[in-house]
Amino acid sequence: MIEIKAIDKSFGEQDALRNVTFSVGEGELFGLIGPDGAGKTTLIRILTTLLLADKGTAKVAGQDVEKNYRQIRKQAGYMPGRFSLYQDLSVEENLHFFASIFGTTVATNYDIIKDIYQHLEPFKTRRAGKLSGGMKQKLALCCALVHRPQVLFLDEPTTGVDPVSRQEFWGMLKKLQHKGITILVSTPYMDEAELCDRIALIQEGEILGIDTPQAIRAAYPHPLWQIEGPDRYHMLRFLRKQDFTISAFPFGESLHLATRTKMPAEIIEHALNTADFQPANIRQIAPTIEDCFMDRMGQPARAQTNSYAR
Amino acid sequence: MPAKHVIETRELTKRFGTFTAVDHLTFSVSRGEIFGFLGANGAGKTTAMRMLTGLSRPTSGQGSVAGFDIHREAEQIKRRIGYMSQKFSLYEDLTVRENIQFYAGIYGLSWRAVRQRTRALIDELQMQDVARSLVGSLPLGWKQKLAFSTAIIHEPDIVFLDEPTGGVDPITRRQFWELIYAAAERGVTVFVTTHYMDEAEYCDRISMMVDGQIRAMGPPHDLKTQFDQDNMNGVFLKLARESERS
Repeated sequence: MIEIKAIDKSFGEQDALRNVTFSVGEGELFGLIGPDGAGKTTLIRILTTLLLADKGTAKVAGQDVEKNYRQIRKQAGYMPGRFSLYQDLSVEENLHFFASIFGTTVATNYDIIKDIYQHLEPFKTRRAGKLSGGMKQKLALCCALVHRPQVLFLDEPTTGVDPVSRQEFWGMLKKLQHKGITILVSTPYMDEAELCDRIALIQEGEILGIDTPQAIRAAYPHPLWQIEGPDRYHMLRFLRKQDFTISAFPFGESLHLATRTKMPAEIIEHALNTADFQPANIRQIAPTIEDCFMDRMGQPARAQTNSYAR
Repeated sequence: MPAKHVIETRELTKRFGTFTAVDHLTFSVSRGEIFGFLGANGAGKTTAMRMLTGLSRPTSGQGSVAGFDIHREAEQIKRRIGYMSQKFSLYEDLTVRENIQFYAGIYGLSWRAVRQRTRALIDELQMQDVARSLVGSLPLGWKQKLAFSTAIIHEPDIVFLDEPTGGVDPITRRQFWELIYAAAERGVTVFVTTHYMDEAEYCDRISMMVDGQIRAMGPPHDLKTQFDQDNMNGVFLKLARESERS
């Protein structure tokens, strides 16, 4: 449904995308995972024909993004990262407007938006600008869907949204996927990667890896340990100086330590004990997508200075 | 002699017309504590924070921040706190050095102290090479570190961080938390809001706001036990689902 081959894009001196290649199959829910400035928006804007690549080719629904951009615009839905509906039109006016510019009506395609629009119906006469964040997000999704697109592009739909609304939103995406819509969604939240069929990890314009979340986790190359205990901040700094350490990062209430070789937990425990730390629990764990992302970013914490500490 | 509690509120309430945005908030935060202030969008976090930073007058209830009364001494509070939000208050068309000097200056440091602190901070942040570059040209992660450092350049009793880490990569996000730890170790109290639930677990203590009220408060580990969840995301979902507002 989406085919991207060797796309380059730069803005002046700044390389936004470097040699990006991947494809998304029909009916897939595909995640583009990376921080701000990674190139997610640039790539989505190229695929939605709003921006031209410097090099490379891309096809959406079988059509070339440059030559056949008009066809793509009929077949793609796009929810930009910034709220871009008409703030001074009401909920239903926005929806009817988007339907009419695509030459259709809300009634024709109501089945596709029904589940989501039901949440908005009580507020249909309210101006879009007066909606809460979660409601704006749902309206934007309805407007992106009202022409029944084959493929839907969503640029960071859950940024700045609380965990409850995020969970709800992903539930809506799954339902749309079951209706046969191919979805490409970008997000800076690593935990959302697990909800996608396949993901591309992207950082500074380059793809760090493409696969299913399971396969990306399985490919993590180091033994990984979870360590709990008091005084985690000093424990972290101590671990980074050890020879067995590849990287050490805080993860919620625990630390994640990647080591060079397989070894018994006692070695780590002993090292910590000799420095007067009392680790409560050291156990080997499976990596999260966030562990994988940080490892692939290729700047192990060990190599970094501790200049931020006093 | 500094009080043990840097923030203390009793029955703090803010109404807008008939709408009670913050509903009888009672809590305290100790010196050097990292306190996570969580809640769904619209739960009342921003309103509460505006009262604590002296930007909004409470409708009723009591509160003190850095030993000053939030009704009568809002101006003194503003001098004793630091504030950083996701929309950094750095000037993009000033250089790194100029931004630091500007903040040190408006917080009332002497010219001598401004020069000393500026030099020390540039060294600390290892930004010697970019000291003369415009802030607008820096990567997001660097801006965040700089914004945090300027927010505490006057060595405030407490720093308020309003969703400070949105959008940055996971390594930069962690480096930012290490800065927070280092500041807390020096005795700066850190009051932080975030939507990243793993970050909530870096806090010493967390409060969870639902519909203007604090529904749960305690160390992350205790809350996970109390609500029988593996992580803070689970705790958050369980509590926020009770909301009648959203």
